[in-house]
Amino acid sequence: MNIIINGKSKKFNPTQHLSAIVHEFCKQPKHVITELNGAIVPSDKWAQTTLKEGDTLELVTFVGGG
Amino acid sequence: MTDTPLVIAGKSFTSRFLLGTGKFKNKKDLSDSIASSKSEIVTVALRRIDLERHEENILEHIPPHVTLLTNTSGARNAEEAVRIARLAKASGCGNWVKIEVINDSKYLLPDNHETIKATEILSAEGFIVLPYISPDLYAARALVKAGAATVMPLGSFIGSNQGLRTKEFIQVLINEIDLPIIVDAGIGAPSQAAEAMEMGAAAVLANTAVATAQNPAALAHAFALAVEAGRLAFLSGLPRQHSLAKASSPLTGFLYDDIAAN
Repeated sequence: MNIIINGKSKKFNPTQHLSAIVHEFCKQPKHVITELNGAIVPSDKWAQTTLKEGDTLELVTFVGGG
Repeated sequence: MTDTPLVIAGKSFTSRFLLGTGKFKNKKDLSDSIASSKSEIVTVALRRIDLERHEENILEHIPPHVTLLTNTSGARNAEEAVRIARLAKASGCGNWVKIEVINDSKYLLPDNHETIKATEILSAEGFIVLPYISPDLYAARALVKAGAATVMPLGSFIGSNQGLRTKEFIQVLINEIDLPIIVDAGIGAPSQAAEAMEMGAAAVLANTAVATAQNPAALAHAFALAVEAGRLAFLSGLPRQHSLAKASSPLTGFLYDDIAAN
């Protein structure tokens, strides 16, 4: 299945959990925030959240800023 | 002379110098600067994770006693600022947010109108909102009504190091607005930070000047001292400027009565 992550199309095996995807892209997922199809998914819900074809996922975290 | 703490939304701070964390060459400079600045509030931003490379987490370099103030940089309107603030809150790193709405790539001036809208929404949701604005009395009054915790007027263009180009307008806010006024943006040298504090600003935020100095930690320390000196000068009841000379020695001649008139 194809998912748009941070604006880029990525291929995954079907029925992937959000938790697995976060860990694939983030070495330290502690301060990663996820937004699935425009709705924030809290980290304690990552393991129960499955993704489907065409989902849009944003993975954001903290960086330096003024 | 003893000072009262800086109080924002009921939380007390000893330091009146806020440090931004952008543009540092490396994480050691950043953590050394946070330490030497004695800052108790530091700003951070939110961005998409780069999927191609695993990046270091900046929060690992910020001590836990420091209050995190997430900015909404990248937001072009109120709606985007609200979205960024909600994402930041979802991280579990607190609900302090610096509203920054910029829709102009040349001067990077904040959009006061959109900032007020975002402040209204986020204050109602329980965020501690520190809005960044162009210094304007009406905008500042609207922010008070909207539930802002402070008002953060810009000293000059972001990253310009030009200092207090908006001095008179900031003074109006200090005189008229019953919230802490934190001077943000354009503060390029400790002398400029001291000047803001002498005027009665509650605090000063700097980032670019420190981060791009040859020795960031040393400049962060210099800023901390300058902010303290400026604050002490303000509390001392700094005398006003005069347009004419006023002698500091007795106004008589040395061995005769009058100073010769020119």
